[in-house]
Amino acid sequence: MSSQTGAVPLLVRDMTVAYQKKPVLRNVNLSVPEGKLIGIIGPNGAGKSTFIKAVQGLIPTASGTAEVYGKPFSQQRRSVGYVPQRESVDWDFPTDALDVVLMGRYGRLGWFRRPGKADRQFALDCLKKVGMADYADRQISQLSGGQQQRVFLARALAQEAQLYFMDEPFAGVDAATERAIIQLLNDLKKQQKTVLVVHHDLQTVDEYFDWVILLNRRVIAAGPVKEIFTAENLQKTYGGRLQVLGTQVLLTNDKTSGEADAT
Amino acid sequence: MNTFWIILTGALVAASCGFLGCFLILRRMAMLGDAISHSILPGIVIAFLLSGSRDILPMLIGAAVVGLLTVFIVQLLSQNGVKADAAIGVTFTALFSVGVVLVSLYTAQVDLDLDCVLYGEIAYVPWDTWQWGGIDMGPRAAWGIGGVFLLSLLLVGLFFKQFKLCSFDPALAAAIGIPVVFFHYLLMTLVSFTTVAAFESVGAILVVAMLVVPSATAYLLTEKLHVMLFISMGVGVLCSVFGYLLASWMDSSIAGSMTAVSGLLFLLAFLFSPRHGMVIRMLARRRMRLGTN
Repeated sequence: MSSQTGAVPLLVRDMTVAYQKKPVLRNVNLSVPEGKLIGIIGPNGAGKSTFIKAVQGLIPTASGTAEVYGKPFSQQRRSVGYVPQRESVDWDFPTDALDVVLMGRYGRLGWFRRPGKADRQFALDCLKKVGMADYADRQISQLSGGQQQRVFLARALAQEAQLYFMDEPFAGVDAATERAIIQLLNDLKKQQKTVLVVHHDLQTVDEYFDWVILLNRRVIAAGPVKEIFTAENLQKTYGGRLQVLGTQVLLTNDKTSGEADAT
Repeated sequence: MNTFWIILTGALVAASCGFLGCFLILRRMAMLGDAISHSILPGIVIAFLLSGSRDILPMLIGAAVVGLLTVFIVQLLSQNGVKADAAIGVTFTALFSVGVVLVSLYTAQVDLDLDCVLYGEIAYVPWDTWQWGGIDMGPRAAWGIGGVFLLSLLLVGLFFKQFKLCSFDPALAAAIGIPVVFFHYLLMTLVSFTTVAAFESVGAILVVAMLVVPSATAYLLTEKLHVMLFISMGVGVLCSVFGYLLASWMDSSIAGSMTAVSGLLFLLAFLFSPRHGMVIRMLARRRMRLGTN
């Protein structure tokens, strides 16, 4: 896809988002390279989720544009996959795991077509890739948190996108799921897909990601992990709440900041 | 024959409400359905005054306009600092009261009385028939609710995947380009239509029961959305049949008996549902206790 146009997977120009006149994100300018796993890092309320929602047009922006492979987002929906936060949906909804994964196919079906046999087979393959094939007909409320997260990832795979946005996929999952997600991210990378992941855990950043975007209401720094993920930049991103002890980074539990989690 | 028409009309009302009610309760909007069912009253009265007739079409339009206005006002209020449940409470009582005032002001012109608006009178349904080309086509109410039901089935059937995804995960729906707001208002339009068509038969209060109780019952009995829709409609039909039998046995209000039956069916589902049922869970607990001893 990129070879035809030479355009980058995601280009954000001058994006500002405001909730009730207070800017949550200010003048975000970004150009994201292809085939990389990219962590979006920043403190609570830094606007990480807001950023990936605004780029996809899910919340109104005060200004700015987002281009996917050289075209406006609205023309490129089929090349974009999205994994919302797990808590954003009602897991008591009457449906099973396979059906949730099938929802990933809806974007390709247009207005009237229903998912067919080929779609079901594809969805099943996606469940297999996250190690959930045995749970295809399991009611979603009967799944553990980690299993629900894997169903969400399988659904994103079913979207067959080039560019993925994942909102905290590692939040509150078990070790098996964490391994499954990392495996999956690396598979996607091998296929030259680009993945942006909202991430919380500073300890694992250099292990999981190639690239990092440090965000706190604005882009503090963005680039390859080795160059950008430095104590100095982290200090800028987290302010006084961060302590760097040798090679270890610690987040102090500073509750006085009083920032609501706008993620 | 009258019995047949009453049961048919009741069954269409209950099935139609139960069908849309499933989407309302899954989106946690049962109370918004409640609000619409009340607030459409001024719409009906104004349509009535303007058209001077009890034709279904102007009433549907009036109800849809006010129904959507309700949804819009509720959204506006809750986005501007009013709590969602308070926003619903304020909006529908305000609009309903306007309706009540209008009805009492124009009682001379309006052939609607408050008792009928609140409680409906399904027993009179067979006498208000629709004449078409000199042929008696049967009760007007049955045609009205039947047509609206058909429209709901058609639209939801056609856009089932959109309605499902908008209910389960609106964020993904929006991301892949489904017009979430459009489908929200489409659903609310159908709810307004259904409510006004059901109005004459069961009244504003019992419509709410029909929107919520059959679908809540179905929710307890299945784990598949399309099965839930069918069960909900089936429960609606049972309510109508057994409600009528109960009412004629006790010589009481038909709409009231229908609702009582729906409550009873819900209770049965609550006690004996295969997965959530109280009895099953109690038995399972007991078995575990005996097993450990």
